[in-house]
Amino acid sequence: MDIQAIRADFPILERKIHDKSLTYLDNAATSQKPRQVIQAIVEYYENHNANVHRGIHVLGDESTRLYGEARQAVAKFVGADDPLELVFVRNTTEGINLVAFSWGGENIKSGDVIVTSEMEHHSNIVPWQELAKRVGARVEYVRVHPETGELDLDHLGTLLKLRPKLVALTHASNFLGTINDVQGIAHLCKRHNAECKMLVDGAQGVPQMPVDVQKLGVDFYAFSGHKMYGPMGIGGLWVRKSILEKMGPFMTGGGTINEVSLTGTTFGELPDRFDAGTPNVAGAVGLKAACDYLSEIGMQNIREHEKKIINYAIEQLRNLAFVKIFGPTNLENRGALVAFTVKGVHAHDVAQVLDSEGIAVRSGHHCTMPMHMKLGVAGTTRASFGIYNTLEEVDQLVEGLQKVKNVFKV
Amino acid sequence: MADDLYKEHILDHAQNPRNFGPPTLALRKGEMILRVREANSSCGDLIEMYVTVKDKKEVVDVRFKGVGCAISTAAASLLTEAMKNEKWRIGNAKKFTDEDMVEMMGIEISPTRMKCVLLPLRALKKALAENEKLKIDPPAPEALEGHGNG
Repeated sequence: MDIQAIRADFPILERKIHDKSLTYLDNAATSQKPRQVIQAIVEYYENHNANVHRGIHVLGDESTRLYGEARQAVAKFVGADDPLELVFVRNTTEGINLVAFSWGGENIKSGDVIVTSEMEHHSNIVPWQELAKRVGARVEYVRVHPETGELDLDHLGTLLKLRPKLVALTHASNFLGTINDVQGIAHLCKRHNAECKMLVDGAQGVPQMPVDVQKLGVDFYAFSGHKMYGPMGIGGLWVRKSILEKMGPFMTGGGTINEVSLTGTTFGELPDRFDAGTPNVAGAVGLKAACDYLSEIGMQNIREHEKKIINYAIEQLRNLAFVKIFGPTNLENRGALVAFTVKGVHAHDVAQVLDSEGIAVRSGHHCTMPMHMKLGVAGTTRASFGIYNTLEEVDQLVEGLQKVKNVFKV
Repeated sequence: MADDLYKEHILDHAQNPRNFGPPTLALRKGEMILRVREANSSCGDLIEMYVTVKDKKEVVDVRFKGVGCAISTAAASLLTEAMKNEKWRIGNAKKFTDEDMVEMMGIEISPTRMKCVLLPLRALKKALAENEKLKIDPPAPEALEGHGNG
């Protein structure tokens, strides 16, 4: 992997922040976009823009074709058998909500159990709490070992005895960095109860490792385009075809229908049933460009590169006595991010001082309030790495933290 | 940038906040403690403010508790200090605006830190709203003396 060549693909990395080079370590929030993605969107709007379907003119045909090609490319990127299994959504959150409303509304009944975990992003907790409230079901949370940052699989085993209808877990934690063995867990769930469905929050999974939804053996897999070097406002929800075929629409209106009369409506086939209103065609085209870009580099190469960076970052941060890091100690199961606290300094203040050095990190609870509460911290600072980050940037982070120490005299 | 923000007076107030901790003074006649909590949902910071008012008009004491970043802690310290040093009445507090708060900080505040700066003032405004709702026994006629147009 030629990191310098990759860096040259990202125009924003040339930005100066407070007269310093940008060190972008906020990739788990959103990644930057390569020129190839930006160009694909510009090219679409400059040359092909028209609404999809039913436009019997050249631009309408081109736009419809590009949208279809984007669906194929994105579906293939995550290992789907059939592009019809891929629903375009705005982001992971919308994907999970779609499942909660459409599948959950039909299949989760009063007294049913939904299992998720303590380490989840709010987007994989709140939709289930709300669904449970609507239908009278209940949500159980797999415990997380506070020391290792890993799911307590014995506890999962206990919860599976409640015969949950759905197990919804993250592929990789956006706070602890833990990579969950979702394949093994899916296998375990199905062994307990073949009818149990499994959903994976893939927001942090797809950007940093090869994902093959068929191999994982799960039923739903949701992800965001903007965290995988694609544009904001587009993402994917993969649903196993046998399930998706039976699911009713999430949002209704133009595009979703088969036939409408004033007395009622029949809904269309896949994928139209889930494409309410004018879709984000330019976003889909941009997301395809991101998939092409990542495929060219190779997801396994990206994973190896990021592993090197995170291992180095953890080694360096461990040397700082005033820094406490969270998450798995077993680096094999760890994604490319690390959350930490600086003794006596609030996370916002840490981020502010790092910003003054041109280093972009995130601070706060990272939409994982329950896990922060469990660990007894109000907020943490998080550095998250991507394909363009270098070992030198880890050194800059460490230098920045020395500055935090000096400013606050800790 | 960080050097501009974490000026000496800000760090001083953040690390040695004034008026920190629950109220210690015993209440006298006509005095009430307004106790309010205000949270910054984006970061989980929480402030608890205790404003002791007399006859719904005078601010007798103000103290605060809570965890926050250096900016919000300094803001709470500066605000409570001004209220006491300048012997604020409820009227002063009502007129005190977001812009006044930013000016009091004496540093440039970026949009992302505005919530931190304004958290203590939001708590104070909440206390003022509580004050409006307060029902206290009307003070005895002699207590009204010296309160101007009361």
